[in-house]
Amino acid sequence: MRYAIIGAGPSGVVAAETLRARDAQAEIVIVGGEAEPAYSRMAIPYLLAGQIDETGTYLRHTPDHFDKLGIRMVQEQVSTVDTDARRLLLSNGSSLDFDRLLIASGSHPVKPPVAGLDQPAIHHCWTLADARHIAKYASPDSRVVLMGAGFIGSIIMEALVRRKVRLTLVEKADRMVPRMMDQTAGNLIKQWCIGQGVDVRTSTQVDAIDTDPSGSARYLLRTTPSGVIPADLVVVATGVRPTIGFLQGSAIETRLGVLVDDHLQTSVEGIYAAGDVCEGFDWNTGARAIHAIQPVAAETGRLAALNMSGCRTVYTGSLGMNVLDSIGLISTSFGQWQGIDGGDQTQLLDESGYRYIKLQFEEDRLIGAITLGTTEHVGVIRGLIQSRTQLGAWRQRLIRDPSRVMEAYLANAQ
Amino acid sequence: MMRSLSITPAKCTGCLQCEMACSYENEGVFNPAKSRIKVFVFEHEGRNVPYTCTQCADAWCKNACPTEAIQINAATGAKVINEGLCVGCKVCTIACPFGTVNYNHATGKVIKCDLCGGDPACAKACPTQAITYIDADWTGYDKMRGWAARTDTQSAAQV
Amino acid sequence: MGWHKKVLRVNLTDGSCNAEPLNMQWAAEYLGQRGLATKYLLEEIDPKVDPLSPENKLIIATGPLTGTMASTGGRFSVITKGALTGAIACSNSGGYFGAELKFAGWDMIIFEGRALSPVYLLIKDDSVELLPADDLWGKSVWETDEILHRRHQDPQLRVAAIGQSGEQGVLFACVVNDLHRAAGRSGVGTVMGSKNLKAVAVRGTQGVKVKDPARFMRVVAEKKQILAENAVTGQGLPTYGTQVLMNVINEVGALPTNNAIDVQFNGASKISGEAMHEVRASDGKSNLVANKACFGCTIACGRISKMDQTHYTVVNRPEYWGASGGLEYEAAWALGAATGVDDLEALTFANFICNEQAFDPITFGSTLGAAMELYEMGLISDAETGGTALKFGSAEALTKMAELVGKGEGFGKVLGLGSKRLCEKYGHPELSMSVKGQEFPAYDPRGIQGMGLTYATSNRGACHLRSYTVASEILGIPEKTDPLATEGKAGLVKAFQDATAAVDSTGLCLFTTFAWSLDDFQPQVDAACDGEWSLERLSEVGERIWNMERQFNLAAGFTGKDDTLPKRLLKDAAKTGPAQGRVNGLDQMLPEYYQLRGWDNAGVPTRETLSKLGL
Repeated sequence: MRYAIIGAGPSGVVAAETLRARDAQAEIVIVGGEAEPAYSRMAIPYLLAGQIDETGTYLRHTPDHFDKLGIRMVQEQVSTVDTDARRLLLSNGSSLDFDRLLIASGSHPVKPPVAGLDQPAIHHCWTLADARHIAKYASPDSRVVLMGAGFIGSIIMEALVRRKVRLTLVEKADRMVPRMMDQTAGNLIKQWCIGQGVDVRTSTQVDAIDTDPSGSARYLLRTTPSGVIPADLVVVATGVRPTIGFLQGSAIETRLGVLVDDHLQTSVEGIYAAGDVCEGFDWNTGARAIHAIQPVAAETGRLAALNMSGCRTVYTGSLGMNVLDSIGLISTSFGQWQGIDGGDQTQLLDESGYRYIKLQFEEDRLIGAITLGTTEHVGVIRGLIQSRTQLGAWRQRLIRDPSRVMEAYLANAQ
Repeated sequence: MMRSLSITPAKCTGCLQCEMACSYENEGVFNPAKSRIKVFVFEHEGRNVPYTCTQCADAWCKNACPTEAIQINAATGAKVINEGLCVGCKVCTIACPFGTVNYNHATGKVIKCDLCGGDPACAKACPTQAITYIDADWTGYDKMRGWAARTDTQSAAQV
Repeated sequence: MGWHKKVLRVNLTDGSCNAEPLNMQWAAEYLGQRGLATKYLLEEIDPKVDPLSPENKLIIATGPLTGTMASTGGRFSVITKGALTGAIACSNSGGYFGAELKFAGWDMIIFEGRALSPVYLLIKDDSVELLPADDLWGKSVWETDEILHRRHQDPQLRVAAIGQSGEQGVLFACVVNDLHRAAGRSGVGTVMGSKNLKAVAVRGTQGVKVKDPARFMRVVAEKKQILAENAVTGQGLPTYGTQVLMNVINEVGALPTNNAIDVQFNGASKISGEAMHEVRASDGKSNLVANKACFGCTIACGRISKMDQTHYTVVNRPEYWGASGGLEYEAAWALGAATGVDDLEALTFANFICNEQAFDPITFGSTLGAAMELYEMGLISDAETGGTALKFGSAEALTKMAELVGKGEGFGKVLGLGSKRLCEKYGHPELSMSVKGQEFPAYDPRGIQGMGLTYATSNRGACHLRSYTVASEILGIPEKTDPLATEGKAGLVKAFQDATAAVDSTGLCLFTTFAWSLDDFQPQVDAACDGEWSLERLSEVGERIWNMERQFNLAAGFTGKDDTLPKRLLKDAAKTGPAQGRVNGLDQMLPEYYQLRGWDNAGVPTRETLSKLGL
């Protein structure tokens, strides 16, 4: 059996390892688009912050890890997938035949429609190459504008703060991390970051980036309504999208991402998708969803590999969840933190103490949550949601005091 | 024979000797806030429930780690944090559905039970045998595994 | 090491909270907790101050072994001038609060002045804030605990609070922590209430270090083994709690009953530790649900009880159906034998109320016993009690009055004065079973002679926890003495008093002394604390503390004349039991005691004694 995997991120690597564990004889190839060892994008902010070196971002640390497993690594872009011929055409003109294919090509940053983005010292923060560029410009006291205060932007923010730059954060939405946090939490995070010395401008649009004619700064950002902001470095983190360009014209059905069924198989038999690129289902609602997060990448990679290797395993959907450290203020969100019509919700807010917890229920089950300022045992929120635990008497107790979520979990688990 | 921690809440008096033993063993200080095992007190039921990582076969934490910082100790089966590789991203803390991986603000890394390399300090310190370290077959972990299976909505099979 | 060497000083008048270094010279002389905090108090206040004035101070103090792995290392004390007694007050509590305070990095908190309006103190490690408590005022301890946990979103927050009784000036209010552990005696909660301080909430993540960790771990493991193998600490206390004593003490004829009119109680077995284990006919369950240990304790004498839901006190009150702190021996005695009530569920309910509203069950039960005697003498009317007949044996009277005292309402206000003031008010001061204003507990000095001297000389007013000679006279620890004899008791009392003062200054629990002597504490203290801690030094610390407390009381206006007992114990012979026909022979013990102490005939420490102790 010949397995090909597109993408050398966590999803592809976990899939390759799973395939190897299932089948000692199979041919396994990972095609990664970057000229780097398999690494984790999630670790890049820690590299930028100076906490680790580049090897610290690597997904596997044992030398020859992939060689020993007999997993071949190919560093080329995939140009097209020929589903009939079961063949990948690579950008260097070579080709690669497969019996089964996993598309785990991940996602890529989106460029906002702003004039003047294609200049030096204006970077995404997505790849190791990006990180090297940013590190060159983000020196202490340099003026840095970070565009985008989503999850990725907020993680990069911490790294930039650690580099002691003078940081301005510009976000189009009315709060920080709008897709992970509600208004209350987003505002609290903003207040916190301002307190930590970051100039946070929410509801602010960057209209254009010009070079500074006076030469005192490298660029001047024209913004609405914040006016002109000088910058020596601009980091763009305004969102990512599944990397599916190379599938254009193929028989593989895509929408925002690659559509998969309940076994992570695409519209073409024998071809699967996992990780950020895969458009699966929301675990709770069953609606189409992309959860571009590390745990889902690893889990769908493993699950797809099981199915590819003949162990039929149902994929019941992905649970969105995130954990974010905003310069020391830690927040999490799980599942349907926005709540649902007719569902109960409960919250506790301690504004001056920067603590917040909000739980969402469907009948007597937990379906979503936001926490701020606490990290202890937060995993049980996932446990409660995903086990569909019927809380019984604990529903009322949680509504009264949502901070007792660990007790609710234990009372039901033990 | 692989051994596991076995916990019998009915025997626990809530003295927290386990938490102190754990923090002393791992941090060199008596500090329950840094303990990998926690006793939860259910005041209105008069119940005390010690709780820590079951070293579950699914290893949600390990699978979710982006830097391979959680590894399996072959001798004990424990999922162990490699502090050198942990970047402190905390993904494991939300991925573990049992809530047994926690973030340590002081070090910027996560902490979890590593079975003290095969001689768990909590079990030694427990005055009532509410926590013991015994052959895995005898721990009654089936119950925990059953619970894990409910959470594990994705995998019918283990690799 | 052992100590954090850091004191938190909170001035409630101006709202300031400041860290200051612990006086290590004093720590070397007084160790910690009881001794060290009393030293601070003596240095900082005039012993003559009105206990309820802003000039009094309130100290919450841990010991050097609090928050360590030594067994029972979770103790703390509240030290102040007692509201009930006007004497030095030092009330010791367990639970988790003390260790948490230590983990937050503080050895003690000194509260001074008085807040303009109610406040509570929130401690999260180094971060300390006084916050408004107007919304908590009028709430019970249990409500306060729940609200603070919710407000600060932290299930691990540890709370010590006063209830409504302490707000209302009930003179024997306690400070209750962790819902049902109490710094119980002498009205320390009343002092806290007088300062408009509702609660202290603490969360600590800094931990505690000791001088020689390896040696300390070895020693504490050895000492835990001794506790486990001892019959009292390894079996009796875990099985029955302190309630193991109810039947024992009744049999030796030393269970003060009906305001100490009798020394044996017919209903004793119904309210005993054994009874708590029995299955109730009503609901097929037992009163006792579980043992509960305080922080670090490998004995676990604490009782967790659940009420019979059909009992008249709680039949429509599900808020009392959950498990909570059950009866300890002294509480069971006070709420039961002292009032003649043998309804275990009524006692349990009254005990819940004592915890919920934070007042001392010993003083409450004894005061109610005195009121019942006065009522039966026709001196208290139904109009005064609001229609409740205060008859010996009336469970309704007990539970009704517990609720009134808890809220400081109605006749509860009168009972809230304590027995001394109440009996004076009705013209019969001799009916108050108290010494220095504080009621004696569950051991009748006619049947256990040493306890007479214990009560008479206790620095905080009558109390069993200053020299628990019951250990020797009844249980034979460390060796058996005859409970009916007075010979040798002066020496026994002094030895126990000094050792107890040292133990109370370590951060460990006195109950370990059923199995441990000072020799067992010494290596634990020495491995944990800076400096050399020999047995001699530890003993001397105990004696120094005792004499310092005595100096406080003498300066406060007490004299040797106050080292006495209620007339009933000295004049009215025991009617039944092994002690039948006997009174307490205090006059045979007291002079010898003074002499052994190095005090003059008036009970004043001689200059020689003071200088020997460095006082």
